[in-house]
Parts: sequence; C-alpha cells; structure tokens
Amino acid sequence: MFAYYFGLALRSFRRNKVLTALMILAIALGIGASMTTLTVFHVLSGDPLPGRSAMLFHPQLDPQNKEGYVAGEEPPPQLTRFDAETLLRERKGDRQAMMTGGNVSITPQRADIAPFRVDSRYTTADMFVMFDMPLLFGHPWTAAEDEAHARVVVISKMLNQRLFAGENSVGRTVRVDKDSFTVIGVLNDWRPTPKFYDVFAQRGYDATEDVFLPFTTSRDLTMDRSGSMDCWGDNNGDRTALNATCVWIQYWVQLDSRDKVDAYRRYLTNYSDLQHASGRFQRPTNVRLRNVMQWMEFHHILPSDVTLQMWLAFGFLVVCLLNTIGLLLAKFLRRGGEIGVRRALGATRSAIFQQCMVEAGTIGLAGGALGLVFALLGLWAVRQQPVDYADLAHLNPVMLLLTFVLAIVASLLAGMLPAWRAMQITPAVQLKTQ
Amino acid sequence: MEIRPIISTLGRHRTAALLIVLEIALTCAIVCNALFLIGSRVEQMTEISGVAEDEVVRVQLTGIGTDENSDALTRTDLAALRALPGVKAATVVNQLPFVSSSWNSSIKLKPNQDRPTLNATIYMAEEQFVKTLGLRLISGREFEPGEYRNFSELQGPGATTDLPVAIVTHRLAEKLFPGQNAVGKSIYVWSDKPTRIVGIVEHLVRPSLQGGPVSREDSIVLPMRTAYSVGGNYLLRTEPDRRAEVLKAATAALRANGPARIVLEKNTRTMQELRRDFYRQQRSMAWLLGGVILALLVVTALGIVGLASFWVQQRTRQIGVRRALGATRGQILRYFQTENFLLVTAGIILGMLLAFGINQLLMQKYELPRLPWYYLPVGAVALWVLGQLSVLWPARRAAAVSPAVATRSA
Repeated sequence: MFAYYFGLALRSFRRNKVLTALMILAIALGIGASMTTLTVFHVLSGDPLPGRSAMLFHPQLDPQNKEGYVAGEEPPPQLTRFDAETLLRERKGDRQAMMTGGNVSITPQRADIAPFRVDSRYTTADMFVMFDMPLLFGHPWTAAEDEAHARVVVISKMLNQRLFAGENSVGRTVRVDKDSFTVIGVLNDWRPTPKFYDVFAQRGYDATEDVFLPFTTSRDLTMDRSGSMDCWGDNNGDRTALNATCVWIQYWVQLDSRDKVDAYRRYLTNYSDLQHASGRFQRPTNVRLRNVMQWMEFHHILPSDVTLQMWLAFGFLVVCLLNTIGLLLAKFLRRGGEIGVRRALGATRSAIFQQCMVEAGTIGLAGGALGLVFALLGLWAVRQQPVDYADLAHLNPVMLLLTFVLAIVASLLAGMLPAWRAMQITPAVQLKTQ
Repeated sequence: MEIRPIISTLGRHRTAALLIVLEIALTCAIVCNALFLIGSRVEQMTEISGVAEDEVVRVQLTGIGTDENSDALTRTDLAALRALPGVKAATVVNQLPFVSSSWNSSIKLKPNQDRPTLNATIYMAEEQFVKTLGLRLISGREFEPGEYRNFSELQGPGATTDLPVAIVTHRLAEKLFPGQNAVGKSIYVWSDKPTRIVGIVEHLVRPSLQGGPVSREDSIVLPMRTAYSVGGNYLLRTEPDRRAEVLKAATAALRANGPARIVLEKNTRTMQELRRDFYRQQRSMAWLLGGVILALLVVTALGIVGLASFWVQQRTRQIGVRRALGATRGQILRYFQTENFLLVTAGIILGMLLAFGINQLLMQKYELPRLPWYYLPVGAVALWVLGQLSVLWPARRAAAVSPAVATRSA
C-alpha cells in the first residue's frame, strides 16, 4: 500500500510540477537555514571535555577592597596570584592548576627563519593530566619542575613542525624570548571547544597555545601576559607581583566526588573567612565553585549572534511550514473530485489520510535532501566568515540524520491539517459536481 | 468596493485564510526585528571614530624578551619614523580604535565617592598624539610640553600617580557634567588626586565595543608617554595615497633601529583596514539578516500566489457568473486585490503585536534596545506592497475568466 501511495504521490507531483517544486524549495530553505545555525550552535555550545567537565571546577573568591561593595554581587571571575598560589600549595583538590595566557617570541636556531611571536600559557604541572591533554612525544613536567622554576617547555605539534620538521624534539633546545628552554613534551592535536579554561582572552574559541611553560619560570623572566586583568586600590609597580591587588589568574581544580565538592566549598569559605579575619580581604566571604559547563553558561560564552541566528532560522522554518500547509491544503482540496471517487469506490477515511501523509512525507524527504545541500552550502559560508570558530563549522553524522528527521517530521506536521481536511471530503457532493 | 461579500467568502475558507494571515504575521514580525538589527549594526559600522582614518597607518612590533631601555628606544624609533618622507606626524600609543585590547579605569567625580560614576578607556598620549590621530579639539587646549610624563616613571614601586590634566571627548564631558562646560572641572582617574579637564575633542571612540553603544566614546586622553613595549603600537599620519609606501618605509626603519625585534606584519596595516576587520562580523551578520528577510519575503509571496491561484481556480464558475451578470474585469481584479489587502492587513496587525513580543524577548535575553516605532510602518508597507504584487498575477487570471464559463457544464 505504501509503495502504491508513493507512486500516486510521484504522479501527483508530475501533474503540479511548479507547485511541488515550490513546496520542496520552501522546506529545503527552512531546513537548510535551521540545520546550518543548529550545527554552529551545537558545535559552540558542546562539552569541551566530555566525561571530565563535570569534575573540573573554577573557584572564585572576593579579594577586592570595600570600595563600591554591593552585597551579594558576583565575585571577580579570576583569582589574585597570592590566592592562587596559596590554594595550589594547600592542594585540597584531587588535582589543581593555576594559569594565565601570554605571548612569547621564538627565535629559531636556523638562521633562515626569522623570530616570530606565538601565544603561550604559563601553567602548573597538573593541567596536562587534569585536562587529559594528549602528548605526541615526551611527557608533561611535574610539580618538582614547577618548584624548581625549571626552563622546560611543552610545544604544540604545529610549532614542533615549524621548528623541528615534526621530529621527536624532546631534549632539544628552544629559544623563548631571550632564554633557552628544553623541550620536555610535544602536544598532539588538542582543541577543547569552547576553550573553557580561559574564556576572557578571545571570546572563547581561539586555537590552543603553541607554548606551555611553568608559571613560576614565566614570572622569573617577566614574560608578557595577556587576557583580562582587573585591579583595585593602590597598584603601582608590578601588577603581576605576588601581592598585587589584581585578579588575572585562572584556577582549575579537579574534584572527583560530590563530597569532595562540598568539602572544597567549605574549604574556600574557611579560607576566605581567615583572609577576612587577617584583614587581607575587606569584603564579607563570597565564594563560588562552578564546574566547566556551569562556568561557560554563567559567562555567556556562546556568542549571542549564534543563538539569535538559530532563532531566526527556526522562525524562517515556521514560515516555510505555514506556507507548505497552505499549499498542500490547496493541492489536496483541488483533487476533491478524485478523492470523492476513491471514497465512493470504498476507500476509508484513514486510507485517504494515509495517502495524503505519504505525499507530504515524500515532499519532506525531497526537501530534506535539498535542505542538506543548502546546509552544506550554509556551513561552507560560515567557514568563510572572519570568526574564530569558523573552522569548527562542520556537519557531523548526528546532524546529518537530524536534517532528514527534521525535514520529514516538519513536512508530516505540515501535512496533517490538509490531510485531515482531505479525508473529510464527502463523496456525494464531489460526485454531484462532476 | 463592497467588503462584506469578501469577508463572508473568506469565512467559508477559514483555514486557508488563517494560514496566510499567520504566515504574513510571522514574516512581518521577523522582518521588523531583523530590519532593526540591521539598522543597529549599520549604525555601528558607520560611526565616526574621530581619527583621520584615511591618513593614519599602524605598525605593531614587539621586542624579544624584556627591554630595559624601551623608553630610550621608543624616542629614537619616533625620531626615525618622523624623519621618513611623507610622514606628517608619528606617535606611540598604548591602544587604538578598532583593536580590541584596551586600558580602562573607573572615573569618579569626588575622591571619596563609593561607586564610580562610569568606566572609561585611557589613551596614553605623547606629544604628537592629537596631531597624528587628527583629533578635532572643540574646546580648551592641547597638553603643554611640560605636562607630559613617562608612563614608566608612574609605574615604579612607591611611585605616586599624579595626573594633573586630561583631555576628554565631547560625549564623555556631557555625561560627566551635563549642560556645563567641562573644561576646568576635575575628575578622579587612577588615583585620589584630582585630574583637571583642559580640553575637549569632538570624537574619539574606545578601542573595543566594551559597554555597548552608549559607552562608545567614554575616552580619556592622559599626557603619558608610553613605550613601544606597551602594546607596541606606532601610528603614522601621511597622505592617503602614500600609505602603502609609508608602511613599508616605517617597517624597514624600525627593523633597522635598535636590537632585533619582531614586526607583526599581520597587524601592520592602515586604519581603514583595521576598521574593516573590526566590523567584519557585524557586516556579515547584517548581510545574513538581509538574506533572511529576502528569503522570507519570497517564500511569503509564493505562498500568497499559490493560495490565490487556488482560490481563483476554485471560484472560476462564480467569477463567470459575476461577469455574466455585468461585473467588469476591473471589478473582478479589485475583488481579489481587496481580499488580499484585508488578509495582509489582518496579518500586519497580528504581526505588529508579535514583533513587539519578539523585541521584548530580545531585550531581555540580549540586552537589545526597544524596537523604534518607525520600523513597524516600514514592515507594514513592505508587506502590503508584497501582497499586492503577488496577488496581481492570480487576480489578472481571474479577471480574464470569460462570462461564457458560467454557461458551461454544471
């Protein structure tokens, strides 16, 4: 029966080529636009570290002075160097790392490559294990190297390609700024999306840094830092000094169980109370402890244009569907005579309904296929955009399947009302007017 | 034209009529809001920066590691740049418009004020700042030679931040001292000692879009000589047609001066290029919105054509009867045009409500401003025109039905 209805649908399309083409085009446009924006949304709002993100937390404290204090206000998103170093030393989490972004100059040993500038991250040993960063060669440094202010560096695969032609460069020397560093590891492809660990640098989607080196070392050599820094009170002198009243450090802690999360929260409260008692913190204790997804949600990492585009596309899809409903209604009712004859010859109402739905679903299938082409075109257009997430806009198999599901469901929904109306056609009236 | 028969006919085709009204309403609501979004983006893209954009170029460079003598090297850099042929002025800045990285400070009107009045961006100016950027002074004076200090001197441990004078933008002056002459008034920036406003420039935008459109010109210029090691931005002013040549010469001059440094070629560009890049995302969003508006209008028009043709076909016999009873072609044509006008009007009324609803939602979620009323008539007129244009073809086919149809069959 299904095959027969399918055949009937195809025959009906041939009769109304323009109308059918219009319906397919409308659905395809709606689906194409929706899938393009939905894919971008999906990619950008995904989990950067599946399986680990729920265990990683970013603590917040309020170390600011009394000036402009409003009770209950959100504490600064980053930590002072003093607090970060204290938390790191007390090691109350399962793993923890303090870090900040920066820029360094690399002077290649080969004279034919001019010195160049790369993004860097000054961090502590646990980052590599905690974030599950894959190493191509070598291994990350350890807490001992952090303490020794060691001149070691983990470089990206890309930088390794540029400096050492992709060979195993562990043990070799890289000139970072004015000093020599020993390569201890080479990072394989790794790009958490969004770049959750430093969302203030580049709106959260830029590429991974090329150079990772111990935070302690970076301060010895006063390497350039980047990203947001917020200061208060009297902060003349070095704003990156241990006691500077500035927040600029990102701090991540791994807590493996609920109990540990609660315990860590208590620890933060206790720490803040002690700082308050000693007079270092002037504001009442106000701590936060959000995990990766909560952290990104709170800081609105997803560009608002992306959500706006998605809603716009869905609005467009609804208009396209309303349009399809209207056209299908016109099409089915125009065939009133034919339906009347079928009903008179014994077809049940549900058979008429089924036939109409098969026709609507077929349009959906065709619309989905064309919509997929539009979505691929749309994503190609997104990749040409000057946004830092452009290269991430690709259709994955789930999205591909979703395209067809969405198209067929949408067209079946659109077909429901016209099919309902069509099956109400009374054979007698239709036969009389023939 | 009698409207009643049209309405009673539509009453018999309730479902189809309702569908087309809904489609028009949704289109109207989306088009109004999308036009508004385009409008606000175009407004941003065409803003006046205050900088002589067609004459200014930027070179960015960075040292390798820390440079102890960056102040001295900056002086010789500037001397070399100013000596280049075609260069009218050259300066070093901590930040510049259309490059997001910025320095900001809270501003107070009284030293012991609890919450700052606002947050403004800080341009550190050296002797040729105003001249190089081409800022237009509209009140007060420029800085005097004795007023400049080296930023590095204000940085040392225990150094007192003493910034006696500042230049602000006209819009910031209006914000801080509404209706008064801000020249001679004091504000508190970065320290608890007063800073006197000595001059007001017509325009100077912030580097980033921080704070949104209302804070765009919250800029303060302080007489602080910065060094190339702070951001590494040299700006040069030249003739519009000598920009490429000056950029090249400046890069060479800087490479030749002092120890090895890295010129960031990707960021070494004209001010116009920087502006174009800065607004690229806004521009592509505006085009995208425009594309969606167009697609929506086309789909809606096709919907109207489809449904109207169906109705014409369905009513062929009635039309024939009316024609046989003496209705002119014009009357038949106007019948369908009026019908369409009624449907579109109903859609527009519903659409306006929906447009405001969507706008309310956007205001809450994306901190967008209220939809100005004048977008509504624009959307309405667009849909009326669209409706009339799309019904024209089916209506003409209806008018072409011959009275003889009435006598056939049945």
